[in-house]
Amino acid sequence: MLLGVVAVGAGVLVVTTRQLVHAALWLVVSFGALAGSYLVLTAEFVAWVQVLIYVGAVIVLLLFGIMLTRAPIGRSDVLDSGNRWAALAVAVATAGVLVTVVVRGFRDAYVPLKASGGTAGDMGASVFRGWVLPFEVLSVLLLAALIGAIVLSRTDIGAARADGDATRAGIDASRTGGDAAGTDIDAAGADIDAAGTDIGADGGERGADTKEGEA
Amino acid sequence: MHIVYPAIVAAVLFSVGVYGVLARRNAILVLMSVELMLNAVNLNLVAFDVWLRDRLHGGQVLTLFTIVIAAAEVGLGLAIILLVFRNRQTIDVDALRTLREEGTAAEPVAPQPQPPEAEAAEEVAQ
Repeated sequence: MLLGVVAVGAGVLVVTTRQLVHAALWLVVSFGALAGSYLVLTAEFVAWVQVLIYVGAVIVLLLFGIMLTRAPIGRSDVLDSGNRWAALAVAVATAGVLVTVVVRGFRDAYVPLKASGGTAGDMGASVFRGWVLPFEVLSVLLLAALIGAIVLSRTDIGAARADGDATRAGIDASRTGGDAAGTDIDAAGADIDAAGTDIGADGGERGADTKEGEA
Repeated sequence: MHIVYPAIVAAVLFSVGVYGVLARRNAILVLMSVELMLNAVNLNLVAFDVWLRDRLHGGQVLTLFTIVIAAAEVGLGLAIILLVFRNRQTIDVDALRTLREEGTAAEPVAPQPQPPEAEAAEEVAQ
């Protein structure tokens, strides 16, 4: 229960703090408390995955995003939108409805907390017995997201970006056309590279998962 | 343990995420709020999986899948935000009004109509 209070309090601080970096760090606290809640709920594998992926990877990614967008470090008063009171009303209404429904629906539902199949071995067995197809679909989705992120963040490819530059800066169309044609070949090569490395990484990860499941 | 406790924590956390998505202006903070909402859903999934004692552990496996999807979403979202920043020099979601409907130009805080004012100020100064 204390972990839940910590998670909610840190979440409130994430959405109300006036310093961007502090918001990210409070997010770490919130996710850590949630991982503790998973441990209490006997889902230990999910808890460690939460620590690894959220606290480890996602927060670092968000901090990189903050850094790369030259965000204001320190206090800044422009982080809140003008419609925060409407947002507050909507959020309070959502909380009221959800909490009322949950309390009325599950008022007398108790869960006996004993060690029940949340370990890495159990999770591996159920992932690779019952949920293999969703797992494979998810690896393809991850691959697609990776390629998409690479394509979006590279500067030297993409007709859309050339178009945007042309309309904004008034560069004449023939030059951007030539640029695009010149860089397209590059782009194709880079994409194939990315796909190759990602398949390798994916295979490695899957192998590690299988080993973990057998262990 | 009472199943209501994690369910209430998840509901409140989800509402906090809703407030963050609606009230924040920085796009990265909006992404953080989306993460909060996804985590609320994860907590619900784990709690009800433990309560129902699913033999296939559907709740926990779905939680893992949600975590993976959230990671992919954050990666793509940050790529899009960086692209917007590179094109517009801002990631203020209130200032991105290019796609707005014509005739609804109620611009409360957008920094667009500044140049005429600046010119007027210069004229006054001269």
